[in-house]
Amino acid sequence: MRVTQGTFSYLPDLTDEQIEAQIAYALGHGWAILVEHTDDPHPRNTYWDMWELPLFDLASDQVDIAMREVRACREAHPNLYVKVGAYDRSLGRQTTALSFIVNRPADEPGFRLERQEKADRQVRYALSAYAADRPRGRRYRAGQHNGNAER
Amino acid sequence: MAQAAEGAPQKSRWSAGVTPYAEMGYYDADYEPKDTDVLAAFRITPQPGVDPIEAAAAVAGESSTATWTVVWTDRLTAHEHYQAKAYDVAPVPGVENQYIARIAYDLDLFEEGSIANMTSSIIGNVFGFKALKALRLEDLRIPTAYVKTFQGPPHGIVMEREYLDKFGRPLLGATTKPKLGLSARNYGRVVYEALRGGLDFTKDDENINSQPFMRWRDRYLFAMEGVNRASAETGEVKGHYLNVTAASMEEMYERAEFAKEIGSVIVMMDLTVGFTAMTSMSRWARRNGVLLHLHRAGHGTYTRQKTHGVSFRVLAKWCRLLGVDHLHAGTVVGKLEGDPHMIKGYYDTLREGFVPENRETGIYFDQDWASLPAVMPVASGGIHAGQMHQLLHYLGEDVVLQFGGGTIGHPMGIAAGATANRVAVEAMIQARNEGRDYYQEGPDILEKAARGCPELDAALEVWKDITFDFESTDTPDLVLTPTVGY
Repeated sequence: MRVTQGTFSYLPDLTDEQIEAQIAYALGHGWAILVEHTDDPHPRNTYWDMWELPLFDLASDQVDIAMREVRACREAHPNLYVKVGAYDRSLGRQTTALSFIVNRPADEPGFRLERQEKADRQVRYALSAYAADRPRGRRYRAGQHNGNAER
Repeated sequence: MAQAAEGAPQKSRWSAGVTPYAEMGYYDADYEPKDTDVLAAFRITPQPGVDPIEAAAAVAGESSTATWTVVWTDRLTAHEHYQAKAYDVAPVPGVENQYIARIAYDLDLFEEGSIANMTSSIIGNVFGFKALKALRLEDLRIPTAYVKTFQGPPHGIVMEREYLDKFGRPLLGATTKPKLGLSARNYGRVVYEALRGGLDFTKDDENINSQPFMRWRDRYLFAMEGVNRASAETGEVKGHYLNVTAASMEEMYERAEFAKEIGSVIVMMDLTVGFTAMTSMSRWARRNGVLLHLHRAGHGTYTRQKTHGVSFRVLAKWCRLLGVDHLHAGTVVGKLEGDPHMIKGYYDTLREGFVPENRETGIYFDQDWASLPAVMPVASGGIHAGQMHQLLHYLGEDVVLQFGGGTIGHPMGIAAGATANRVAVEAMIQARNEGRDYYQEGPDILEKAARGCPELDAALEVWKDITFDFESTDTPDLVLTPTVGY
């Protein structure tokens, strides 16, 4: 499967040039750039690991500095999910303005959907990433099939 | 506005009988509105022979303290304080016998936090007034002091996006079709297919409540199976607007509680339930952390005609105050009424923190929302993937684009229809962000995206010539550029 979180997941994976264009758009608006990664793509996993503090002070022509961090994060975590966020601190927003995945595991085993049947036909649903069955550091290892036998 | 006999001697303000409203204090050209006044702009069409100033004063009078004749009991009050005052009456340029009357209401006339009270005051009694041929409430300025008695949307655009983890693009939805007749199990299939294919939301239609062919509880259960399956297939938060509209408040609460219990992130209601019921649901939604969608069912009966009724921008203000997270506000390009300028005015009213007077978009007053959260506008009705550049141009990014037929009617199936819409919106956002002139190059951008996406290719082919090009009935009086339909 393909995790389709983020602004551009239905398009072919962005090239570095396309990523740079999006970063340039964000910097042009005065937004800060964030690079984050995770080994648990659960849709409610809000707090991905921050690669470093948000890049608050980049000028609009400093796309290369942001891109350097994107590359460094991808190199450190070639088989994890990495996303770039743009943060708008302006009054009335103070939230993420753009967020898109720039790296993903070669193999995405997806999510287990558990159904716990209750009385009166209700079902209690729970989602979990198959990869998250394993401890941190042992999920999505490069060169290994990440799938779960159930898939 | 009874007619006094001609040549009758001038009567004093307080003697029994009929005194013109304008002479009773309901017209005051020198009045300077206070920052705390509620201000209204009415479009007035007087009956033949009725003086427009007296007509405006009558509206001010009947929407505040007056009755048709002098009453001595006014003298027990500080009546000048409670009288609404028409302070400006101006002819509408280029139209015969229409006037815009501006009326100021003291804040003391209104109950805190009550849209029911505000509407009973301002539109309660005056619209059937015999001396007027037609009357329309065009706009309201809600003073900060009154705005602060409302909490507004239970979540608002920012909270909704953070809750859904979806940023930087319009959200996508679809209304389940056919509107009526599907069994609950078949209905859930449509929900599942549309969400797994790439939409963020699916939606009950306004008239799906709890009919013999599908009772609400059955629908809710099957819809949530679809929502959860789709979430597992995509790793995204998904939602289905479960319509909780019912005959009584007790039943609405029962349905909303059940929707929450089975894990729905959002419920919806129809405008037909009324301002008080909507306010109650708003409080429920805030208390329970469930997003609240409002379908404006029935609004066209009083918002559409230019000379009589209530403008949608006023309705939008009331809904932002009483607090909904989503509100249908027009598409420009789709099948329902909507002049592009007017729709921009509605969208600004729902989304901006401060909306300046702008006659081109039909905004009569500066409106400061005093940090009240914003409402996500919803564009629904006859839109499809091939219009994505126009939709983004007119409606912007903070909007839910709802493709009902434009998803479910796709020749390759519902999921394919959803994928077509999602690819189209992502491609258009990407192009916009890259600095391209996406409005002009839209068809080209879509065509290129379709090369890697057979679903989009098929959508563009089947709906390529579909437009709804009719003249709008509700247009601004002053436009700098001619209004065009799409």
